[in-house]
Amino acid sequence: MLDFLFQPWPWYVAGPIIGLTVPILLLVGGKIFGVSANLRHACAACNFGNVEFFNYDWKTAGKWNFMFLIGTVLGGFLGGYVFANPEPIALAASTISDLQALGIQDFNGLVPDDLFAWDMLGTGIGLTVLVLGGFLVGFGARYAGGCTSGHAISGLSDLQLASLIAVIGFFIGGLIMTFLIYPIILG
Amino acid sequence: MKFSEYLKYLIIGTAFGFVLVKSEVVSWFRIQEMFRFQDFHMYGIIGLAVIIGIISVQIIKRYNMRDAQGNPVSIPPKDASQIKRYLIGGSMFGLGWALLGACPGPMFALLGSGLTIMVIPILAALAGTYTYGLLRDKLPH
Repeated sequence: MLDFLFQPWPWYVAGPIIGLTVPILLLVGGKIFGVSANLRHACAACNFGNVEFFNYDWKTAGKWNFMFLIGTVLGGFLGGYVFANPEPIALAASTISDLQALGIQDFNGLVPDDLFAWDMLGTGIGLTVLVLGGFLVGFGARYAGGCTSGHAISGLSDLQLASLIAVIGFFIGGLIMTFLIYPIILG
Repeated sequence: MKFSEYLKYLIIGTAFGFVLVKSEVVSWFRIQEMFRFQDFHMYGIIGLAVIIGIISVQIIKRYNMRDAQGNPVSIPPKDASQIKRYLIGGSMFGLGWALLGACPGPMFALLGSGLTIMVIPILAALAGTYTYGLLRDKLPH
């Protein structure tokens, strides 16, 4: 049993659990699953400069979601620290060789040390990945009205055409980054 | 909201964060593998999550189920006529997702796993969200 907590979980175990988050939140309190809404609520809680988009009662709209988010951090601690998988991720051999060709050397953890380290912040590559990457995630999620959870999981679960268009957008951007821009950044 | 109410969402979020790490959805490597179409793993997770989501939402609607407080469950529809917003905003999100290798849920799960550097992309994402709020009226939707 304890082995199961340390080992990585296959897609057919993880997929249904993630999918069930949608009806569970709906039935527990009529809540719509969506992580990036927390970023908007956080801006609304501060709202420097009284921006209209952040002028709403964030406590009513977002307190439950902040609790969910604190849980997500806690779940990350349990899954990635307390019950961390000691083995490297079993990636496709083609992915490893592609990434090695781009100069990635560390394949031991969940993310490569080559990019995700404090001393990388002083480099152009580190700034691009960590700061520009984060900025685009935040900007794009709000522009599109949702992120992976809000559109790809929640929205598609409700058969929303808008979410399908957004997910197509996610892949247009993702493919451009992976095949056209990343080779330049790491080159 | 009572403490027991908060606790529910904390527990659901904890389960979510745990699964994100155990399934390696939080991994920059897995996102690279997905966008390169080199493994089924991520597609299996998202695909099965959506199938389970569709079935359960259909059941909730079909039987007019109510939530724990007794209120009817309703999901507000998104306005699909705002194609520009979903396509341009979605593409910008996709650029960031592939670049950082993490979307909002995984950013926080990774922080919890002890990767303190994730504070930087989280702050950057907040700045991005705030910037969108500032520019919203000037952007095509």
